[in-house]
Amino acid sequence: MLYIQNLHVEAGGKEVIKGITLEVKPGEVHCLFGPNGSGKTTLLMSIMGLSGYKIIQGKILFKGQEITSLPVNKRVHLGLGISFQRPPSIPGVKLAQLVNLCKKEDKDTITMAKELNLIEFLERDLNVGFSGGELKRSELLQLWAQSPDLILLDEPESGVDIENIVLIGHIINIILERDGLKVGPQESRVAVKRKRKKSGLIITHTGMILQYVGADKGHVLVDGRIVCSGNPYEIFRFIRERGYEECVRCACMPGGFHE
Amino acid sequence: MNKLKKIAEKAKKAIKKKAPYGQDININEFEQEVKNLPDSTLHQLSEQEQKTLLETGIELRGGERGGSFFQVDHSVIHYEVAQEGVEILSIEEAMAKYDWLINYWWSALSPDTDKYTAYVALHQKHGYFVRVLPGVKTFFPLQACLFMSQENITQPIHNIIICEEGSELNLITGCAASHRVRTGLHLGISEFFIKKGATCTFTMIHNWAEEMAIRPRTGIIIEEDATFVSNYILLKKVANLQTFPIAYLKKNAKAEFNTILFAPKGAYLDTGTRVFLKEEGAKAEVVSRSITAGGTVIARGHLIGEASGIKAHLECKGLILGERGVIHAIPELEGHVGGVEMSHEAAVGRIAKEQIEYLMARGLSESEATSLIVKGFLRVDIKGLPEELKIELDKVIEATEKDMM
Repeated sequence: MLYIQNLHVEAGGKEVIKGITLEVKPGEVHCLFGPNGSGKTTLLMSIMGLSGYKIIQGKILFKGQEITSLPVNKRVHLGLGISFQRPPSIPGVKLAQLVNLCKKEDKDTITMAKELNLIEFLERDLNVGFSGGELKRSELLQLWAQSPDLILLDEPESGVDIENIVLIGHIINIILERDGLKVGPQESRVAVKRKRKKSGLIITHTGMILQYVGADKGHVLVDGRIVCSGNPYEIFRFIRERGYEECVRCACMPGGFHE
Repeated sequence: MNKLKKIAEKAKKAIKKKAPYGQDININEFEQEVKNLPDSTLHQLSEQEQKTLLETGIELRGGERGGSFFQVDHSVIHYEVAQEGVEILSIEEAMAKYDWLINYWWSALSPDTDKYTAYVALHQKHGYFVRVLPGVKTFFPLQACLFMSQENITQPIHNIIICEEGSELNLITGCAASHRVRTGLHLGISEFFIKKGATCTFTMIHNWAEEMAIRPRTGIIIEEDATFVSNYILLKKVANLQTFPIAYLKKNAKAEFNTILFAPKGAYLDTGTRVFLKEEGAKAEVVSRSITAGGTVIARGHLIGEASGIKAHLECKGLILGERGVIHAIPELEGHVGGVEMSHEAAVGRIAKEQIEYLMARGLSESEATSLIVKGFLRVDIKGLPEELKIELDKVIEATEKDMM
């Protein structure tokens, strides 16, 4: 689905991503952990192709096609989608208007908005005066409508209260097709897993979202490099107990790179 | 008759008086009289001309309109009204019919304001009279169309609009020129009298020829508890426009002015609104949205608070598309007594790259994203605007969108 090879990215005049190689296979969900400023958001923005993130080395492949220099909308047409951490507000453009513009034919705006408790927001100006939680739900509504094959989520839980985290987790699972796939009597769990086609790359600072969304792999980013990859729950537990300082220290030890 | 003489004398003295704002126009460069009389029916308008009118909110067949007035060049070619208690006449007929109308004539605006008012006072060619009787509410909007079909002429007109006590008027005025016309001078005097408790929504859409000069002059008297809402939309290129309506608000009267402007290269638009809040409880809100793609917009606003307990707010927002263009916001507030509440906000900028990319991340192309943002910017939330007018407004913005991009 997504293959990133030796990626180096410059943002704001300095190198932020210093050689990342990462593969997300179809149906997999990966989590990116890391202290502030480690390059998590930069990585996501580079995958999307936003300006201000200059790829100086390496390449990004999506579904086998190199997308390193494609414009943002072309990447979206190929099946990429993102939920921004701090989306800009656009006065005069209604939320419903944008959802209707970007939705796949089989999606119904009203039904999705109902699920996300966003009915009253449909006729409001896009992101204008939205609270933290409302912004996240509005992002998910747009993403759900787009129904991409690989979803990039930049801290979907930040600024969201507990009650809404459950809702957000539930919707992310729906978008990732991890909710509707029940194991039938003649099926193995492996067979069900294999049916999943949607992939995800989730940035989480607090790891909270992991309680609601199943992840297959976790990676720790420190100073623009992946310093550790493995079971996301184990990594998260470690970070919670020992903090990112320990990750940084571990990464600096001889042989500390990778597991 | 004595009054008419006095008006003419005043006007004669001011015929060379330059206006304080806008480029000075030499009126003599334009033909005072027309060469041809226009066709007497609207059906003879070409397809393109009909389309031009549609874009100013004018329904040629009169559907969903409570009444119509059409003037082409110097001739009134059609007027009708479909509702009782509502009057539409050519201004001459109205003057002949009502003795009292002389008392309104040039009373919201002085003929010696500048050379343009003076010229109209001396050489006026028709204009419309609209009156809504006490307590009557227009069911459908009325429409008035002022059309210029001949090259290099003046169109000096004088309109009077009276909303009697407790009435409600919704009036759309579409001003346009034929695609065959390149240049001309439109001078439109409008005097509004909104009586006690009445409401008037006045929407004016301009769709002139590229090289034309436009000098509207407007005076509005809003009596106790009355409301006046003005929406002025100019999205097609016009070389030279200067307008500065003046409103006078009495006790608890309300006024709202919304202006939407687009200035392509070569356009010079000097616009603004001046509101005198003369008595206690008066409220005014002046909002302007301007976009330039190489032209110049001067967005003025001048609020004068003369009584305590008045509230007034001014908002000027400008967007510069591309590299060139000027937007000059000049908001002015004047409080003359204690207890006034007046504020303004002004902002001039460009479309944020962040906004464009956000929409591109939803699959829109760069130009689709820009167009959506621009449309959003222009879509002022106009309070009290009837739904059908909102739709008209959106249509006008849609229709002119291509020119903007």
